[in-house]
Amino acid sequence: MARSAKQAAQPAVPLTPNRERPQEPKRYEASKEELLDFYKQMLLIRRFEERAGQLYGLGLIGGFCHLYIGQEAVAVGLQSAMTVGKDSVITGYRDHGHMLAYGIDPEVIMAELTGRAAGISKGKGGSMHMFSVEHGFYGGHGIVGAQVSLGTGLAFKHQYSEDGGVCLTYFGDGAANQGQVYESFNMAELWKLPIVYAIENNHYAMGTSVDRSASEPDFYKRGESFRIPGIQVDGMDVLAVRGAAQEALEWTRSGKGPIILELKTYRYRGHSMSDPAKYRTREEVQSYRENQDPIDRAGKELQAMGVAEDELKAIDKEIKDIVVQAAKFAEDAPEPEAAELATDVLVERY
Amino acid sequence: MAVELKMPALSPTMEEGTLAKWLVKEGDAVKSGDILAEIETDKATMEYEAVDEGTISKILVAEGTDGVKVGTAIALMNGEGESAAPGAAPADTTEAASPAGAPGEAAPPTPSDQQTQVTGVELPKQQQQPESGAQQLTAAAAQTRTDPQVPAGTATQNVTVREALRDAMAEEMRRDERVFVMGEEVAQYQGAYKVTQGLLDEFGPKRVVDTPITEYGFAGLGSGAAMGGLRPIIEFMTFNFAMQAIDHIINSAAKTNYMSGGQMRCPIVFRGPNGAASRVAAQHSQNYGPWYASVPGLVVIAPYDAADAKGLLKAAIRSEDPVVFLENELLYGHHFDVPQVDDWVLPIGKARVMREGKDVTIVSYSIGVGVALEAAETLAGQGIDAEVIDLRTLRPLDRQAVLTSLAKTNRMVVVEEGWPTCSISSEIMAICMEEGFDDLDAPVMRVTDADVPLPYAANLEKLALIKADDVVQATKAVCYR
Repeated sequence: MARSAKQAAQPAVPLTPNRERPQEPKRYEASKEELLDFYKQMLLIRRFEERAGQLYGLGLIGGFCHLYIGQEAVAVGLQSAMTVGKDSVITGYRDHGHMLAYGIDPEVIMAELTGRAAGISKGKGGSMHMFSVEHGFYGGHGIVGAQVSLGTGLAFKHQYSEDGGVCLTYFGDGAANQGQVYESFNMAELWKLPIVYAIENNHYAMGTSVDRSASEPDFYKRGESFRIPGIQVDGMDVLAVRGAAQEALEWTRSGKGPIILELKTYRYRGHSMSDPAKYRTREEVQSYRENQDPIDRAGKELQAMGVAEDELKAIDKEIKDIVVQAAKFAEDAPEPEAAELATDVLVERY
Repeated sequence: MAVELKMPALSPTMEEGTLAKWLVKEGDAVKSGDILAEIETDKATMEYEAVDEGTISKILVAEGTDGVKVGTAIALMNGEGESAAPGAAPADTTEAASPAGAPGEAAPPTPSDQQTQVTGVELPKQQQQPESGAQQLTAAAAQTRTDPQVPAGTATQNVTVREALRDAMAEEMRRDERVFVMGEEVAQYQGAYKVTQGLLDEFGPKRVVDTPITEYGFAGLGSGAAMGGLRPIIEFMTFNFAMQAIDHIINSAAKTNYMSGGQMRCPIVFRGPNGAASRVAAQHSQNYGPWYASVPGLVVIAPYDAADAKGLLKAAIRSEDPVVFLENELLYGHHFDVPQVDDWVLPIGKARVMREGKDVTIVSYSIGVGVALEAAETLAGQGIDAEVIDLRTLRPLDRQAVLTSLAKTNRMVVVEEGWPTCSISSEIMAICMEEGFDDLDAPVMRVTDADVPLPYAANLEKLALIKADDVVQATKAVCYR
């Protein structure tokens, strides 16, 4: 015992990498136009989610509704590096932001939230189950962790079809404890599938903090025993995320197999609309909002690049109008016809 | 004193095998552990090992002989010493690690086998190998009829269910580049039950993919690939292991089309053996037909004979919907006629009249069909003319076929190799109550497995599983005879 205790007390010897590792990603050097675009996209998600929260309060949105507020830099930073139509994206139930970041029409997303026929799933899926095959957005899955195996299958499809695509698979710190994640990691590395596993670590799996649920709280290390490299990223900085996305995409597109990105982020709202979020302090939330807000940070950076405050205000107005219009569309659109109850159960008739 | 070396049972379901090669000749001295012969079972080529020392005095069955029944004396050996108890224990030549109880593992010799070898006295067959529940199920399978829907004059080929399934996959893989097979031991091992035999050679490792033992993972991976536009065939070594993957079958595959408003499909086939095998006990013996058939969004198929296995598997692979395709291990090795037509594809959702009759209808599916047919033969001898219907597809269920037959015979028995509670038979009875009440001259009865986990002991297993006698009794009861 004494001997091992003594050994443990010795300073750790730096590990020699036993295999190739990705480069430490560089923060993306965006042009003013690019950063303005990221800013707009993040703001669209923020305003869209705020409005969704209001509509929920009014009873226009029912069931579970998981807002993405605070995490906007992750979706925008990652997906801005991807190619719509070539690459695929799959995520869990907190999916509105990922859809908006892929250029999917806010009106049909909001109409799905209100359960209307014009919704992207004809009102039959709801907040957690939305898809756009046209965009390569494969949902929107309500079972925690399921999208990790499914996304690995999409990556298998990219490899099988030799279409050059990569699958971006999002999941949270909660899903990262599901068994199928590791079953997927194993196969993905075994077969060198083109996939980026993006772990959005917002520190809470519903109400359970990472400290209380993760024996290895550094999620980027979770692929080590499968030889999958990982990179930890400031998920509150859209340019840091974008830089990491490029490194990850380059890695997997060159045939080196899967890679993990751990995006350290924070959700300002509860897990879902019905969550009072009593498992954390107001001060903690406030500290993130004031010091790390991804939209504020991008706004300040834009101002430093010479963008006038009026111009940002004009963007704010523009985004607000889009969201107001989406909400109006979603409120006015009719509910699905009763006959829709029995359609789409099976594709074919037997 | 010469003792007999007997054809060993090398898998839970093996009834006969091919004596592929002798590695010893008459006069050879052998010692424990020597390989005596290579024996091909329905699943693999196995080595047959000597247990004790002795000299091979006579070879009774020449190498290359097919269809050597388990228990047949294949050689004589002179023991060396009083205590010599020559015998043989099988040794699996494969190196693949199988999960406990999985196929590929040799069944240990039964105590009565050893007793026979020691004494050299032939015991009656039923004592050598206790008659299991599986035997009563498969005995019925021998009495099979060809598909009555085939036009007269169509040439047929006599193949096993196993070959029919393989042919279906191979034909569809030739036809559609998007089709691939994935599962445990499907490629290099040639299939845990040899259903995928030869596919790796023809289609290569890209399209015949061995997975780690990771059901939840590859069921999800397959579902994702299907969502992305491929046509996966996911093989479960048995459907018992699919319990680990049932979330993806139901939550991911079955619900996607509906949840997406018809925008995103999941055209995938989950296939593998289902139901009771032989002496593998509770965790490896369960009929999941009722489970999957209760789920909207799935197609569930459970064929009985080779023609249906081939025609329905081809239809399943072509379907735009997720299909659970439930095979039966005990039927894999059984021969049936398959019509030789260019593209044998059968309609999903259509039952089949296996035997026409006017007095009573017996409805079944999968291995129960054989039991029903055997009972019908017995009943015919007692003056009861039974119609036998094979449901073939469990979802969508061919209600019309059931009700049409009920309208004709006014009496019905449902036979199901599975538990009674919340079963397919429950469903058939409900349909008859709701939609066929006026046609009923007697309550519908059912013959199902006992409502217990399947026991291991041969006598208890036999008690637990359906048998033709019970069907005869139930049928006579609904005929008030």
